[in-house]
Amino acid sequence: MSTDGQAVVAAVRRVADRIESERDHLTDLDSAIGDADHGGNMARGWARAVEAVEDLDDPDPATVVKTAGKTLMSEVGGASGPLYGGSLVFASTELDEGITPESAIAFAETYLEKVTDRGDATVGDQTMVDALVPAVHTFKKSIETDELPPLEALAKAVDAAQRGVEFTVPIRASKGRASYLGWRSVGHQDPGATSTLFIMEALLAVAQESLDGDDFESVDATSPTIPDEEATGE
Amino acid sequence: MVGLLVVSHSETAAEGIVEVAAEMGSETQIEAVGGDGEGGIGTVPDDIEDGLVAADDGDGVVLLVDLGSAVMNAEVAMETSDVETVIADSPILEGAVNAAVAATAPNATLESVREQAEAARGVDKLS
Repeated sequence: MSTDGQAVVAAVRRVADRIESERDHLTDLDSAIGDADHGGNMARGWARAVEAVEDLDDPDPATVVKTAGKTLMSEVGGASGPLYGGSLVFASTELDEGITPESAIAFAETYLEKVTDRGDATVGDQTMVDALVPAVHTFKKSIETDELPPLEALAKAVDAAQRGVEFTVPIRASKGRASYLGWRSVGHQDPGATSTLFIMEALLAVAQESLDGDDFESVDATSPTIPDEEATGE
Repeated sequence: MVGLLVVSHSETAAEGIVEVAAEMGSETQIEAVGGDGEGGIGTVPDDIEDGLVAADDGDGVVLLVDLGSAVMNAEVAMETSDVETVIADSPILEGAVNAAVAATAPNATLESVREQAEAARGVDKLS
């Protein structure tokens, strides 16, 4: 198996573990404003995604991401299936040439575009978009403008997603099932934004481990084997 | 002939809607898809894609959908399917009935059938 492909499989495993450990937390968040199935659905979907990507024979990164996405599409119920799974499948082609800083940014932007398009949501609707938009923008700016190493850019993106999740608490939902609650959705943290953050935190953890002790400064920003939003290279 | 596909979170609901619509447009090729594939509530993109193929005889398919993620999963299925498809932005049952009648018109097109389905949006029931 290619090193990059193997790293992406490890990332899928790490995400699945994190989502499983947050299953009850996500379900609690969802039970306040939705139908209390986000934790269970996501945990089941990611567990099956792990099985699917482990069955692949020497896959490249794009194939791993696509396979995980297709599994999520059919295994995660509700809107999370098409939003997480469908968007991963759609964005996976950006990684066809491998994982580079440029392809990682393209992947993140395409993923975000698909989620906002499919969900018809913008920032402030109390959805996963509130975590994703600042994360993707921060990732891109950190690499392209601030010329930070990719790992540091990813860490900043995770911070931005964290603030996005906190932003969902005081606002009113205007998309998805929570929007049926109107003003009663105010004061609740969005489950989709939260699971998006958990996924990004898991990816950052894998990226940090796979670079094993290297400090940020020693990471070569032009290396073809850097971490991205959904995957990490060794 | 333009085909129809009814997609609901409930397989039973989808089949029931097809039953009603077929009563009005008995000649129309109309298929039902629904459920999470394991006996529960939900929709699955692959099942919708199979439904599109079953409903299509070459002139394309108008999709009638219920709520939220059914719309998203229908869009996912459309992106991967070769069948020419449009979604009707209409109430699912009333739209399906209108579309089933419209599809039997001799000069029916995807657009004309969708238009008739969407005409169901403004229909008052109590006046």
